[in-house]
Amino acid sequence: MSAMIALDLAEPYGFEFFRNGVLVAVVAGALSGLLGVFVVLRGMSYIGHGLSHAVFGGAAASAVMGFNYFIGAGLWGIASGVLIGRIARKRLIGADAAIGVVTTASFALGLALLNRYGQAQRSIEAVLFGSVLGVRTADIIAVAVVAVLATAVIVVGYRRFLFSTFDPDVAEVTGVRVSWMEAALMIMLSLTILVTMRVIGTLLISALLVIPAATARMLTNRFARMLWISPVIGASAAFLGMNLAYHTDTSASAMIILVGAAAFTVVYFGLGVRGRRRVAALGHL
Amino acid sequence: MKLHPVDPSTLLTCHHVTCAYGETVVVSDVTFALAAGDFAGIVGPSGSGKTTLLKAILGSVTPVHGDITMRDGARLGYVPQVESVDWNFPVTVLEVIAMTRGQKKWWPRITPAERKEAEEVLDRLGLGGLGGRHIRELSGGQQQRVFVARALFHRPDILVLDEPTSGVDVRTRHEVLHLLADLHEQGMTVLLTTHDLNGLAAHLPRLVCLNKEIIADGSPREVLVPDVLERLYGAPMHVLEHGGMPVVLDHANEAVVRRFRGRAG
Repeated sequence: MSAMIALDLAEPYGFEFFRNGVLVAVVAGALSGLLGVFVVLRGMSYIGHGLSHAVFGGAAASAVMGFNYFIGAGLWGIASGVLIGRIARKRLIGADAAIGVVTTASFALGLALLNRYGQAQRSIEAVLFGSVLGVRTADIIAVAVVAVLATAVIVVGYRRFLFSTFDPDVAEVTGVRVSWMEAALMIMLSLTILVTMRVIGTLLISALLVIPAATARMLTNRFARMLWISPVIGASAAFLGMNLAYHTDTSASAMIILVGAAAFTVVYFGLGVRGRRRVAALGHL
Repeated sequence: MKLHPVDPSTLLTCHHVTCAYGETVVVSDVTFALAAGDFAGIVGPSGSGKTTLLKAILGSVTPVHGDITMRDGARLGYVPQVESVDWNFPVTVLEVIAMTRGQKKWWPRITPAERKEAEEVLDRLGLGGLGGRHIRELSGGQQQRVFVARALFHRPDILVLDEPTSGVDVRTRHEVLHLLADLHEQGMTVLLTTHDLNGLAAHLPRLVCLNKEIIADGSPREVLVPDVLERLYGAPMHVLEHGGMPVVLDHANEAVVRRFRGRAG
């Protein structure tokens, strides 16, 4: 009996597409968890959501114009990310409204382009909800490169990122170039969305940025610990979600987010009454 | 920044500084110098330009006219208002203090030498043994001292504080005042902004009264006088003396003034 279950659990690993999908999803989950720490602590959840919509516009435009996906959508995403970062920081005319306009316009443009010129239905569904079937070697390399790069940048710039996230005004006075740190963060966020989008999809990617980090925040009061707990949660949710999706014949991205949400719920109720009261007082969640 | 011939003891000079946001001038033609060992407060009503002048000194606002010079190599240690701090942020006392250093290091961990120095600063401020605590787990006075400790860990020549007693209780205000007096006695140059005339300003050796421009600059006895205060706040104020210190009361407290004078008489 147990041998049968083991065989059943191992079954999807007989397919190359699944192995590739799991690999990309796990690395993407860890990467999103890592950057999600900054998204949650800076109260940028909406920016993550908007950015994924903006990248969708770039992906659609590059697909229609025959550009390489990573170059076209990457440049578009980075430009949107830096622009959003600047709007949010400078508190120009109502940041939320401005971000909403920029990103949804980009999203709408992408939809219109795909409708008019693309293989509309298939492309749109793949980009909106993600697809493990389409994972290629280039996707694995791209997500691995961004993960290594983001980890290296965060380790090397740890104190500057911490300082500019916690206390940007004093960080600036003390010699930290806060605008550079924010630009670096937005570029990493754009790249993460870019390389994760094909598996997770535009609509659910912001959840992968928020859920692991929010869960980690409930588990620890230390920034450094959040930086490893959140990626572990993100990677675990991706791994479990992918396997559950195969066995239940459901969408992989939806299952990954559901596993993450279940982890969040378990931790929240596991904290007990006192813990929940403490969490309720946190401004970040 | 242009250099001006200054006294060798001068650490900071504001020379005809004017700051504006668009067309609105908020600081006009301000000139004053801070010498090593000074303990000065910039006082004035809300909207008088205190914070803007402080930001100009810190370098985050660029004056539209005039210039601000610091002695070569002099450093500022900045303590923000406690109300602006995110007390829920997941950091410990030690992490907060270590932020100001080692930003160009390739490895993020706090080195043993940094830890030792940070612990010495914590001991000096009466926070010994609290390095591992989350910042929210401290009392009001301890929280304020953590941010003074962070500024001191930056090895400043001038300690700059923005409204250090704003939003704190009476006990914390006393603690802050004593801490700053101790640091000043140990040789630290201190510059702060405050709108708290009786609780803080009256205890400082030097006050710079600012209402867009400098109204007066001197000791509390010299500047906390009805004439200066009326020009500073745009309303008549009473000044009483209590325990050898000036006590400022506005007209709304007329009854208190009468009772106080009656009792004193």
